[in-house]
Amino acid sequence: MREKNKLNSEDIALGIRRRVFEHCIKNNGAYLSQACSSAEQLAWLYNEALNIGDSIMPSIPETFSGVPHINNKNYKTGAGYNGPISSEYDRFIFAPAHYALVAYATLIEVGRMAPEGLSMFNQDGSSVEIIGAEHSPGMEMHNGTLGIGLSTAAGIAYGRKLNKDSGDTCVFMSDGELQEGQIWEALQVSVYYKLDNLWAIVDVNEQQVDGAMSDVLDIGNIQKKINSFGAKCIEIDGHDIEAMRQAKNEKHKDQPLIILARTSPYKGMQYLKKRFPRLHYVRFKSEEERSKMNLEISKELGIDPIKY
Amino acid sequence: MIEIVNKPYSYTFKNYASKNKKILCLSGDLTSSCEVDSFRDEFPNQFVSMGMAEQNMMSFAGGLSMSGFIPFIHTFGVFTYRRPYDQLLASIAYPRRKIRIMGFLPGITTPAGMTHQAIEDISIMRTIPNMTVIETGDATEVESICEVADKVDGPVYCRMLRGSVPRLFDTPLKLSDIRVLNSGTDILLITSGICTEEALRARAALVNAGISILHLHVHTFKPFNEEKILDLLTNVKLGVITMENHLVNGGLGTMISEIISKNGLPKKLIKLGLKDTFAHGGSKQYLTKYYGFDAYALIKSIEKFIGQELNILEEDLETARIENVHSLSKAEAL
Repeated sequence: MREKNKLNSEDIALGIRRRVFEHCIKNNGAYLSQACSSAEQLAWLYNEALNIGDSIMPSIPETFSGVPHINNKNYKTGAGYNGPISSEYDRFIFAPAHYALVAYATLIEVGRMAPEGLSMFNQDGSSVEIIGAEHSPGMEMHNGTLGIGLSTAAGIAYGRKLNKDSGDTCVFMSDGELQEGQIWEALQVSVYYKLDNLWAIVDVNEQQVDGAMSDVLDIGNIQKKINSFGAKCIEIDGHDIEAMRQAKNEKHKDQPLIILARTSPYKGMQYLKKRFPRLHYVRFKSEEERSKMNLEISKELGIDPIKY
Repeated sequence: MIEIVNKPYSYTFKNYASKNKKILCLSGDLTSSCEVDSFRDEFPNQFVSMGMAEQNMMSFAGGLSMSGFIPFIHTFGVFTYRRPYDQLLASIAYPRRKIRIMGFLPGITTPAGMTHQAIEDISIMRTIPNMTVIETGDATEVESICEVADKVDGPVYCRMLRGSVPRLFDTPLKLSDIRVLNSGTDILLITSGICTEEALRARAALVNAGISILHLHVHTFKPFNEEKILDLLTNVKLGVITMENHLVNGGLGTMISEIISKNGLPKKLIKLGLKDTFAHGGSKQYLTKYYGFDAYALIKSIEKFIGQELNILEEDLETARIENVHSLSKAEAL
């Protein structure tokens, strides 16, 4: 297992992109653009920002062992990959569950999961699910229904204030889910209760399933909106890790902190730009498209073309 | 004369929750309407005002549970599953959070009409995996509800009575138990919630008419005591009548028909309740009569089973208990 901070976060981000790209080529499709936009954020979270303990789960994920049920006494969530739950540690909620592949790649890059874990991705009977489930590595709740992550984290943060825990509660989010009304309900409550032990980083890649958010449902100036709700909102370049460090250090007494990480959905894989605005799920219409993308993007990522 | 208890939930919750600091009282802007206002005033540190934002309230409660607390959610029943159904499933039911949902204004117990009347809550809640579903039918059951619900290892939906509540039973609610209110051999009558009080109005008249009724009161819809129903159902001669303050589809009546069909029993079933219709605003007495699930409708159903008129007039039934529209036992006229 790698030690925290032994690698630098930039290298981890590159590793995430390479791993997700390899998976995409081999499996004829993946949530690839999400790796482009969020690699730095997830690398930084796991490598630097989050105060979490070592994984307490097997590095090769266990197979699916049933959903929560009164007769399923051995049920476990995937939260143990983020270390034990303890008052001094941060609690991490991974909100956009369709980024699961990127989350798994991150867990591998930071030494919390074995590379073999990724071969279980979306296989029948596996816990390494395509949309992160509660029992999937690194997850603690079902976020496939977008919008519930921030409310849940707010509830955790409220409880942790009562418990006088020193650890924070952090949510990784995506900008598309800001279209959900529940996010704004959660902000209202988090501001009202002065939850300064709650913070979020939002991957603002301006994409959603139907295409660019500006064409589907433009939500305007997010920073202005969140600030006017009373949270502390900072906008940064989401590929600039130093900017993340600074944003996290901003004082936000009595306020939740929301970091808007402005990103590109083809960062590190400029060739993907050709597909814009169909970036939500990258799959290939022809062998020609697949092999061309393999050649072009592997060059950009500094690796040999993937054998498939 | 039946004893009427004033706001039994108010003191029940206060007594119970004040003894366990891990219990948090959540309210969706209906604090006095759900009779937890005095708890809020006396135990402000255990009270979390969630405002009118039910989607957030459900997931927030999930988060509180994840940090070791036991949320008791207070709002009207409709607001616990209509708007925030997705959150109810993903944040509460699926992960089996120990969250106790107190849903007030069951069925037609409110003049506030469709938006406030929870007429399909039991059918929805009982089909959600991991959910326990309880309905209170009198003051004693309201007085038992916190302790019973809080013992459940998982989420619980409680259909709650408030204001002036009659005391019908002298023993506490026991999860999954079914109360036998009267033994008999002709007809099996199964009632729940406020319909039990309503059915009791016909008791004396039916005794006079010589009809032998086996009367059961159901409070736990899930886990449902199928064995006991089956056992008692097998021996009744004429058939079964269910009476519920709910749609007849999906609730008590449907549950009994499921037992009948599952076991291949040759029993006729009459389901009294709302028949595939929304209701409108009005008093309980008016609405139960209008929609055909008052004590007189019960008499008419029994006549169908025995194939003759009983010559029982409405005035032969015990007087219905009329609640004042405005009273000190309610926060507003809802």
